[in-house]
Amino acid sequence: MAKAIAKKKPLAKKSNTIKLNFDTSWEYAPAPESKSAATINKQYDLFINGEWQQPSSKKYFDTINPATEEKLSEVADANAADVDKAVKAARNAYDKVWKKMPAKERAKYIFRIARIMQEKARELAIVETLDGGKPIKESRDFDVPTAANHLFYYAGWADKLEYAFPNRRTEPLGVAGQITPWNFPLLMAAWKIAPALATGNTVVLKPAETTPLTTLKLAEIIQEADLPPGVVNIITGAGETGAAIVNHADVNKIAFTGSTNVGKIIQRAIAGTNKKATLELGGKAANIIFEDAPIDQAVEGVVNAIFFNQGHVCCAGSRLYVQESVAKEVIRKLRDRMQSLIVGDPMDKNTDIGAINSREQLNIIQKYIAIGKKEGAEMYESSCALPSKGFWCRPTIFSNVAQSNRIAQEEIFGPVLSILTFRTDDEVIEKANNSPYGLSAGVWTDKGSKIFNMTKRMRAGVVWANTFNKFDPTSPFGGYKESGFGREGGLHGLLPYLKLIN
Amino acid sequence: MAKKIKMEKEIKKSSLKVSENGLEKTVSSKRLEVLKTYKIYIGGQFPRTESGRYYQPVSASGKILANVCLSSRKDFRDAVVSARGAVSGWSGRAAFNRSQILYRMAEMLEGRKAQFIDELIQQDATKAKAEKEVNLAIDRLIYYAGWCDKFQQLFSAVNPVASSHFNFSVPEPTGVVSIIAPQGDSLLGLVSVIAPVIAGGNTCVVLASETKPLCAVTFAEVLNSSDLPGGVVNILTGKPAELASWFVDHMDVNATIYCENNSETKKMIREKSAMNLKRITFYDKINWYTNEGESPYFIMDTQEIKTTWHPVENIAGAGGGY
Repeated sequence: MAKAIAKKKPLAKKSNTIKLNFDTSWEYAPAPESKSAATINKQYDLFINGEWQQPSSKKYFDTINPATEEKLSEVADANAADVDKAVKAARNAYDKVWKKMPAKERAKYIFRIARIMQEKARELAIVETLDGGKPIKESRDFDVPTAANHLFYYAGWADKLEYAFPNRRTEPLGVAGQITPWNFPLLMAAWKIAPALATGNTVVLKPAETTPLTTLKLAEIIQEADLPPGVVNIITGAGETGAAIVNHADVNKIAFTGSTNVGKIIQRAIAGTNKKATLELGGKAANIIFEDAPIDQAVEGVVNAIFFNQGHVCCAGSRLYVQESVAKEVIRKLRDRMQSLIVGDPMDKNTDIGAINSREQLNIIQKYIAIGKKEGAEMYESSCALPSKGFWCRPTIFSNVAQSNRIAQEEIFGPVLSILTFRTDDEVIEKANNSPYGLSAGVWTDKGSKIFNMTKRMRAGVVWANTFNKFDPTSPFGGYKESGFGREGGLHGLLPYLKLIN
Repeated sequence: MAKKIKMEKEIKKSSLKVSENGLEKTVSSKRLEVLKTYKIYIGGQFPRTESGRYYQPVSASGKILANVCLSSRKDFRDAVVSARGAVSGWSGRAAFNRSQILYRMAEMLEGRKAQFIDELIQQDATKAKAEKEVNLAIDRLIYYAGWCDKFQQLFSAVNPVASSHFNFSVPEPTGVVSIIAPQGDSLLGLVSVIAPVIAGGNTCVVLASETKPLCAVTFAEVLNSSDLPGGVVNILTGKPAELASWFVDHMDVNATIYCENNSETKKMIREKSAMNLKRITFYDKINWYTNEGESPYFIMDTQEIKTTWHPVENIAGAGGGY
């Protein structure tokens, strides 16, 4: 009897889930959004002191549609003299108008901007997608509404600041120099402008050079809202323009969202000054799946975590840690699901993954894919067809990745996921926290006490449990460690723009 | 009582001068005082500096205070290892327990008040000022003992997000904090910068006042008898001019606090902090003797805000929020 049992082959662990079948004879018909609902000027000047002013260099540079490589418009290249003009306008507006204005009135201006953004939501979404390459469903359903909501949220804070910090009075800092990235151009502009204005500061903002159009559209909205001249100044340009803002002696605060490298340069540049800074930098978020997680939802969450906005997300879940017992199943389901993602024309309402933002970024992503292969990780990419023009990258996953691999350590900022495995919770915490970054993290499990065990121990500013890549104006966002400091959003997002007075 | 003092004076007067090998030596018939060796405090122990170096701070009247350890970069690195090792245990303790330990520190300090007053007087304080400083230092510990389990509630939030999620933000300790303590108020300043850092669950490495280091070492003894786990507070003595750059250079330090107003050093600190984006705080204009020297905002200077999201199943409505 005992012999017979010993002879029996061990039962293979049966998966209680079936293979997801996405095969269908149905093809999605094209559902393109119309470009005609948006106006893009041939040329944009600098928005300084409430007026459109030509750059003193007289130079303009092109901004293109990364999905077609066609020129959309050309925008002014601001130099140090233009930055100086903008800062002076902001200072003047701060001293003479904005600082003195009753907070209730200040609030109403911000509300007004938010409302006009809502009215122009469709146009803004179209321009965002054309200029940046992100799917229209994301700019329409996420970027634009969240940006307007952010302004709405902070507008209401303007006359309630005395409730925000117990036992302290508050004072604005003065002129805020703000530099935004290309991944969520309009949303990041709103994240920067809304708390700055609500707290009584004035603004000089520079959008990223590849995606300036929606921010310039926002300047038009600000003009339409009759915001006093100089309260918000929007100037375009590349790194040098940004450096001129950072180094301007009359700027009191720097708010920057972008790469960790540039963040460190800024931190060095403002040493020896009294400038305050908020830095929202890179990330390499760990997304952890335990064997008791709802696997199908987790797979969906992983897809959203890494492929949202082509992976151009600082808080993207780019390191996936799967418990060994479910690794095979998760990877199989992930592959199946990736195959069903629609990659292509960002203006098509069915598109899941749009164009890579620029040729430079595409080169970086391809460099990392080559590194991943060289490091010996196993690569899998969706077999989808790619358009012939524009910048594209198939959704890609690497399995058998080692903790020390560069694709597990460095931020790729594209639709590339590195998959690692683990056995115990202590092991995965050790691995997850073994990163210079600490912006976000995710955990998937059905056990409540395990969720809190993980979320408490993960060193990251935003932790998503059984969800990922969720944002809200009321929810503070920002990093630990080299992902930067300061928070944006919520009550905590007010502090970086205020002095607390005893 | 008065008689006793008189007698002691007489004994002192009667000390003999004995000639030995041509050198004159004063021998008191009174019991010879046992002098204290002032060592540094790392990982709950009192080693000498690994460098073997010392320096001799002097009082205004020119009296040498002690042979004090001139700590090295290596001492700092050892201290950071201890501090890092203590982070998870200390931050993982119940806030209530941290509160108990800070209160215990105050008790221990109260018990050794006389010694601190004596040291402060050696370091040129008047008796009245020394007493005031020690009393305030004790009260400051009590103040922060009380905050340990309260500041989180003041600075946390449940955020009313629009989607079907439960979302909350709480402060968490940033980790290891390096502190260059105030040079002037050698006890009160030291206590005022250490207390909020550890009340919030961080661990720290502190460089004591260069010219007035006695109280810092004695305070380490207070810490060592207060149930404070070894490594939570590490105290070095030495020269800020020599050590400041290492305090902000170290890649395993999360935050640096600097309490002097040397603009060169401030610039250097902010520049070097960029290496791993340390959180930098300057307490260069604070009067530690007043109410501005204590507040929960000092605790918040070494806290991070963590925001956690979880879906709320919406059975009757539009489904779960996964």
